[in-house]
Amino acid sequence: MKAPMLSALLGRGKVAAPPADVAQAALRSDRFRLEREGEWARLEAILDRIEKGRLRGMSDEDVMALPVLYRTAASSLAVARETSLDAATLAYLEALVQRAWFQVYGPREGMVAWLRRFLGGDLSRAVREVWLDSCIALFVMVMGAVAGWLLVARDQDWYFALVPTQFADTRVPGASREALLETLKVEEQAGGLSAFAAYLFQNNAGVAILAFALGFAFGVPTLMLLAQNMAILGAMLWLYHDAGLLWPFLAWLGVHGTTELFAILLAGAAGLHIGRTMAFPGQRSVMAAAAEAGQRGAQVMAGVVLMLMFAAVLEAFPRQLAGTEARAIIGLFMLAMWLAYFYAFRGRDRTGAA
Amino acid sequence: MSPAVPDKRLRQLVTPEGVALSFRIASRSARAGALMLDIVLLTVIGIVVTIALFSLLGTLGEPGEGADPSGAGEFLVVLWTLFWFLLWNGYFMLMELGPRGATFGKRVVGIRVAARDGGRLTAEAVLARNLLRDIELFMPLVLLMVAPSGDAGNAGFAAAGWFLVFMLFPFFNRDGLRAGDLVAGTWVVEAPRTRLAQALSTQGAMRDHASDVTGAAYRFGEAELSVYGEHELQTLERVLREGRPDALAAVHEAICRKIGWEPGAGDERAFLEAFYAQLRARLEGGMRFGKRKKDKFDDR
Repeated sequence: MKAPMLSALLGRGKVAAPPADVAQAALRSDRFRLEREGEWARLEAILDRIEKGRLRGMSDEDVMALPVLYRTAASSLAVARETSLDAATLAYLEALVQRAWFQVYGPREGMVAWLRRFLGGDLSRAVREVWLDSCIALFVMVMGAVAGWLLVARDQDWYFALVPTQFADTRVPGASREALLETLKVEEQAGGLSAFAAYLFQNNAGVAILAFALGFAFGVPTLMLLAQNMAILGAMLWLYHDAGLLWPFLAWLGVHGTTELFAILLAGAAGLHIGRTMAFPGQRSVMAAAAEAGQRGAQVMAGVVLMLMFAAVLEAFPRQLAGTEARAIIGLFMLAMWLAYFYAFRGRDRTGAA
Repeated sequence: MSPAVPDKRLRQLVTPEGVALSFRIASRSARAGALMLDIVLLTVIGIVVTIALFSLLGTLGEPGEGADPSGAGEFLVVLWTLFWFLLWNGYFMLMELGPRGATFGKRVVGIRVAARDGGRLTAEAVLARNLLRDIELFMPLVLLMVAPSGDAGNAGFAAAGWFLVFMLFPFFNRDGLRAGDLVAGTWVVEAPRTRLAQALSTQGAMRDHASDVTGAAYRFGEAELSVYGEHELQTLERVLREGRPDALAAVHEAICRKIGWEPGAGDERAFLEAFYAQLRARLEGGMRFGKRKKDKFDDR
């Protein structure tokens, strides 16, 4: 019995026993088993194919046979538990029925079907369902920006405390209007920008995932993260306002910022939703409430990653290549589009579907 | 497996057919092992692809070194950035959404992800459980490495302690859930894949009622068979299936002593097969009348 151990470990094992003569078995429970093991073997072969994802070559009979064979195996297991003391057969049947159960009661949908369902209504619905958290996140973000602005307006040293050094290159209090204008200028050519877009996407997606994941801790760290990041923005807004460049800066920011900030808002809201639901689960158990909120939040997060891809492309190309008016128009258009998609688009109603 | 100790990791679920299906929660060590295998795999893939892309970049970038990145080179950088993101975020999700519900690491240790309520494992659930991996694993590790250097001051220690709570989350609940499992409504269970072993009673002394070696037929009386219960029977089954001569001899001797026979030598297997078959016939006969004898201490 040593040699087949490795193949059993790798799950490649086939039925080892050759079909034995049923009449030869001395025990009634072994006869029971020998009469049925052909069907078990067939079920196992079908399961092997399904688990390897080789559905294409499967015959119709096999597909039709799966539920029937599963029920046969399940009833064999029920009988064997009451009549047989053959531990090896029982263990085999337990494992077989469990495997079949996963395939019979857990039919998965393909990536394409899921994507269609997701974009065709589930995403919008999930975003609508976290409306309260979105409002809270929006409030915190606005307060963060206002706080950043006011702090820097009162004492310019705050600028250096708030803004990380990577942004504070030439964009520091006291910089000339020309130097600030230079940071908003239009690039002549597109070289290097797609690499920049990819970097931005990766970076922003990381921040968004963090904002979401931190929501697990009752949402407090998420709010801190949002407020802190918006304080940076508020400080920079003040800087450009001081130089009389507020509108060009807003357009420069807005071209991708409407998408990006909206995405980060939703990521924070999704995280907050989990934290809030766990703190106040209502009638449900905390576990059930957390699971429901978590799955809803995950849908929102998939949408957030999608939005961040858009944002990165917008940030790298239109922002660097287009003028102020075009920037503003693109930014506002994107904002309107997202709002319409999330809050006006109902998709197909699938209230029954879980 | 021993019936004497109730299995703490066993969970029952009744299928719509009315069959109680048991799941065993995967042990924390198995899950840690699976995770390590996955991380090693991802790191190796990441390094190989990075080296491949860089060598490709090297062959491309020969003439115009320096100033302007060439279009193809830039494309490779984009590819690399996206690949890195997809590798670390997509691998777990795609694999767990597959029909086996497990990454390669989980497959090797024989565990899978399942929905806690026994329903379908949805894409949202898999997404949710994997999005939390960042704060459960990578952030605590980074902070743990940073905190002792003192660069981040006391806040660093506080953050490290705070994230350790997430990292150690599976140790504070009975189902071994990590934070991601809790939020997604999933758990990780054992997914055994056993082969159907040979039916024992079609072979040797059980079939022929007599030893191949000596021709002797062993017959045991009621008093001799009533000594043992199901637990001993299944131990004997294991010994017979493994077939190690020294174990056979030891068990043979123990049984002979217990039932008051004179232990012989040379025909242990036939003796044990005959004893197994008759004991099992007796116990299974009792089962049919609703009488079960758990082990040798059970008086029924």
